[in-house]
Amino acid sequence: MNRLLILGGGTAGTIVANRLRRRLDEDSWQITVVDQDDRHLYQPGQLFVPFGIYQSRDIARPRRQFIPDGVDLVMGEIEQVIPDESVCRLIGGRELPYDYLVIATGASPRPDQTPGFEGPEWRKSIHEFYTFDGAAALAAKLAQWDGGRMAIHIVDMPIKCPVAPLEFTFLADAFFSDRGMRDRVEMVYVTPLDGAFTKPVAARHLGGILEERKVGIESEFAVERVDVEEKKLVSYDEREVDFDLLVTVPLNMGADYIERSGLGDDLNYVPVDKATFLSKAHDNVFAVGDASDIPTSKAGSVVHFSLELFEDNFVNHVHGRQMTKAFDGHANCFIESGHGKGLLIDFNYDTQPLPGRYPLPGLGPFSLLRETEANHWGKMMFRWVYWNLLLPGNNLPLDPLMSMAGKEEEEPA
Amino acid sequence: MTSKLLAGQDVEVDPEGFLVDASQWNKDVASAIAKEEGIDDLTGQHMQVINFMRSEYMAKGTAPNIRLLGKTSGVTVKELYQLFPKGPAKLAAKIAGIPKPHGCI
Repeated sequence: MNRLLILGGGTAGTIVANRLRRRLDEDSWQITVVDQDDRHLYQPGQLFVPFGIYQSRDIARPRRQFIPDGVDLVMGEIEQVIPDESVCRLIGGRELPYDYLVIATGASPRPDQTPGFEGPEWRKSIHEFYTFDGAAALAAKLAQWDGGRMAIHIVDMPIKCPVAPLEFTFLADAFFSDRGMRDRVEMVYVTPLDGAFTKPVAARHLGGILEERKVGIESEFAVERVDVEEKKLVSYDEREVDFDLLVTVPLNMGADYIERSGLGDDLNYVPVDKATFLSKAHDNVFAVGDASDIPTSKAGSVVHFSLELFEDNFVNHVHGRQMTKAFDGHANCFIESGHGKGLLIDFNYDTQPLPGRYPLPGLGPFSLLRETEANHWGKMMFRWVYWNLLLPGNNLPLDPLMSMAGKEEEEPA
Repeated sequence: MTSKLLAGQDVEVDPEGFLVDASQWNKDVASAIAKEEGIDDLTGQHMQVINFMRSEYMAKGTAPNIRLLGKTSGVTVKELYQLFPKGPAKLAAKIAGIPKPHGCI
């Protein structure tokens, strides 16, 4: 009996379990998924919780509902992987030996990495929306906040869903306008990047929207600490940003057991081949989704496209054959811009998000990098797609590799 | 790509002035780039960071980010900002003659 062990039952781990259960013979392959709890979050929905658009209950379902028959789900906290012995040890001592390991434990916000965040102001004037509890706490705060200076802040890249802080900003602007209090809120976007986004063409378009919405931008801001008494962010080069309400995206890191197992880089992401996700250090270890160090967005969209190709590669690899499918870093995502509109971006390792049109049989085309109502509806529809098509590991009618069809080249500024 | 004369030597640079070929680098080239960036004197501490960046780049193919530099170069993040004002990882990479560290999307 061959043993496949999947660490993490989130987006990536669940899709891998579903896809590989269909591909690997039940008589010769045992598949086990480990997770520490039974709550699967629809993470893109967390963006909407602070504004009351979604309630917490709209974005959570039991994990086991999406784990297929023929796959064991083990609840436990991972202590350590010992790659040389091909065994994973859980806290409490249980040992799970494997022939192949797929690491899919994602990335998590780590407020403990910035001095001052987790002090007396945490979830009072310092908030985040990347956790279930954090998004709910921020919803309660915004429901009764009567204005002041709001700083939306990113500690460092990479982060999960790099467009989410911008979307949060656009939605907050719309939220305050709808409540007739936008003139009582001063908004500033504080980023370690040199612009609104990581890539120049999209940064120009998105920066333009920030300006339109009268949101200030404080760029190249590398935060050292937060001064809790004075309520200000302080950077390493001694710049300061005052706030009444801080919505931060804490440093994102891979799971701590990855560090304990000697499997990660400085942020606990597992170094892998960016085309196949095979560990650079171990021939029977893969890392998929946010847990790997591939140089693209940490996002469910990347997970979906990448795993369509991973499935064939994995089967070939375990049979000693060449892995023939190479992932190109393709991802696309809807960017909610408030007032019932959204944008769409489509990109890969080598091609940055460009304007134009994204062809989609039946529903499309969607406009790229332009605000439209269709893009908003695409985003809202996505929750259904996630639970019903994506997690079960179905192929969507989208090519996993990026295409230039419909895209317009733009001259550098 | 354009060619540029630095410290009496022809080197290839990208549009932002980063060396295209890390092997065209030497200490005089480093000093010349540093001067253009407003650092008149490369101290021992500057060189410690620069040499660390080069060896990391040669070993791994990518330039270390600021967090990794602070953890492993022997110079704290705070000091890095004093040595290489504004963006230490970017500026130190430029002076070290290695490609611009590209932030992930």
